Amino acid sequence: MSKRIVPLLAAACLAVIAGGAEAVDVRAGVLRVDYPALLPISRYDLRPDDLAFAGAVLADEDNATTGRFMGHSFETTTLAVPPEGATEALAGLLDDGVRYIVVDAMREELAALSDQAAEAGALVFNARAADVDLRSESCRANLLHIAPSYAMQAEAVAQFAVWKQWKRWLLVSGSNPADRALAEAYRHAARKFGAQIVEEREFEDTGGSRRTDSGHVLVQRQLPTFMQRTEPHDVVIAADATDYFAAYLPYHLWTPRPVMGSAGLRPVTMHGAHEAWGATQFQTRFEKLARRHVQEEDYNTWLALRVLGEAVTRTGSADPAKIETYVLSDAFELAAFKGQKVTFRPWNGQLRQPILLYDGRITVSVSPQEGFLHQVSPLDTLGLDRPESSCTAFD
Amino acid sequence: MIRPLLTATLCLAASGAFAGKAFVSNERGNTITVLDTETWEVLEEFPGGNRPRGITLSPDGTLLYVCASDDDTVRVFDTASYEELYTLPSGPDPELFVIHPSGNPLYTANEDDNLVTVTDTESHSILAEVPVGVEPEGMAISPDTKWVVNTSETTNMAHFISTEDYEIKHNVLVDQRPRYAEYTADGTRLYVSAEIGGTVSVIDIAEDGTPTLRQKIGFEVPGVLPEWLQPVGIRTTQDGSRIFVALGPANRVAVIDGESLEVIDYIMVGQRVWQMAFTPDEKFLVTTNGNSNDVTVIDVEKEEAIKSVQVGQQPWGVAITPN
Repeated sequence: MSKRIVPLLAAACLAVIAGGAEAVDVRAGVLRVDYPALLPISRYDLRPDDLAFAGAVLADEDNATTGRFMGHSFETTTLAVPPEGATEALAGLLDDGVRYIVVDAMREELAALSDQAAEAGALVFNARAADVDLRSESCRANLLHIAPSYAMQAEAVAQFAVWKQWKRWLLVSGSNPADRALAEAYRHAARKFGAQIVEEREFEDTGGSRRTDSGHVLVQRQLPTFMQRTEPHDVVIAADATDYFAAYLPYHLWTPRPVMGSAGLRPVTMHGAHEAWGATQFQTRFEKLARRHVQEEDYNTWLALRVLGEAVTRTGSADPAKIETYVLSDAFELAAFKGQKVTFRPWNGQLRQPILLYDGRITVSVSPQEGFLHQVSPLDTLGLDRPESSCTAFD
Repeated sequence: MIRPLLTATLCLAASGAFAGKAFVSNERGNTITVLDTETWEVLEEFPGGNRPRGITLSPDGTLLYVCASDDDTVRVFDTASYEELYTLPSGPDPELFVIHPSGNPLYTANEDDNLVTVTDTESHSILAEVPVGVEPEGMAISPDTKWVVNTSETTNMAHFISTEDYEIKHNVLVDQRPRYAEYTADGTRLYVSAEIGGTVSVIDIAEDGTPTLRQKIGFEVPGVLPEWLQPVGIRTTQDGSRIFVALGPANRVAVIDGESLEVIDYIMVGQRVWQMAFTPDEKFLVTTNGNSNDVTVIDVEKEEAIKSVQVGQQPWGVAITPN
């Protein structure tokens, strides 16, 4: 087909595309920070080399297919660097003229990279960090969050527990700072939705319970005694953001109860078995490309670049300021295989999205749950609502 | 066993005097359910291949075409004997198709491969593959047969493909996840549903086929979250006076006035309503309800649901024999 004529005609017959006839080249970067880490508890959680990048390739294909009809081209560079190499890597991308950066990193690096990008007028999409303060007092005007916050994750679990009438929680958390931040999100979620944390316990990270030849033997002795003599509870809520013990919880409790949170029923943005709302098509396209199942960071990266692609399609612009204004406006909406449109919270740059509750095999449920209502969108029952966020960067 | 044979034979011989058949594709059950359109009883359920979705009939009503999505083929059945006669090459993952009013060719949306495949129903060969947007689904043909419209769910466009050279001549951006396209019988208008956008785009069609987006129709049902109002299937009456829109998980069919383009009513049907088909006399509209595993029969004049009939697992599409 004629690539020159089609976009021109498309624009001619469509007044809704402002400047759609002009060729637009959109260049983005995906910067993944790889941290030194111990092996995960499960081999299934090993990080593939192309984690997040495979999502970027799929997004590029999707965006390019649409762009073909509009005269828009999309090109994304992917970089994996150690934490100490992140600044230089970003500088390289910015020098190269890239103004859209998807960052797959933890809080500290993300914050620093966002500030570095801001100086060049670049827009950053957060594909990983869940820290609540980045959506509140530490928010940044050029930082949009695709990844859900700990608050959204915790509240997705909390709504389901409350819907089930499992309102007495035993909160078991890890001892690392991220685990404690996640535990705090569960405390807040319990208060928000009327659950009661009947007791809290902290399982200290002594470095001994990770996977080894005899790891499970040790854990089988440690955990049941650790979980003895608790207050009566309906459910165990695990807050283990650093993934060192929660996976062992479900079958090593003293009192048999369901586990939710960091093990058992987990809140995720996507998983490889999710089929509802046309997601089967997303899965088959991803698997054809990557030859593996999709992981959250792939989906988050894909979604970040699709947000960009959709905004370019509708505005006909590749100017970061215009794109951000459009993305944060009421006009923006995007289908993301979640059964409803995803949009952004203009007060802190967080993407509103349903959270899947995943047991390791299937989508058990999807939050927000029925009956949790909100004057704007049920999605705003998850995470920091306007009055709860102290972010002022977007004012 | 005997009755369907008789019905079909008589159907061909007479016009309108005898009841027809409704064929329902059951996406999860991998079967086709056959209903009598007079008694609304289930006549038969037969294997339809893996993941049958799009379903249509030859203009004379003798051949049933089924998109067997997971078999990457279109299966063709005899509407009287329910025997599978042959398969047609459709390209990978066929989802929905539209047949030329002459019975040839068949235009199929290949969901996984961003293509529309044009298949010759007589020579059983592929005439053309047209690259379209991401996740093509909705298919419509203009009454003058000069245009085939495809909607792509992730690209969010209606692509207007010329049936002469199979080139895309126009693209119209619509709202998120366009699922279905339907021309009015006079060809002056095209309706496109956007499932996640929650709207139906009304597109005016000029004499030469050029589309212009006129407006978008939204939906509102008290007590139903706006997120659940997800337009999918669309059917318009021959005279264009009524447009019926299936609203998915809202479990309702919206009735739109073709003149004012206002929603005038919502009809309660089964759960997760997706596709619809009229009986040839337009007395009844049949809806497929994927989550309640049934079809709802709507009395078109009264704009009321009169009956629901259990079919197979997760009914997807429906086609009804002509007179």
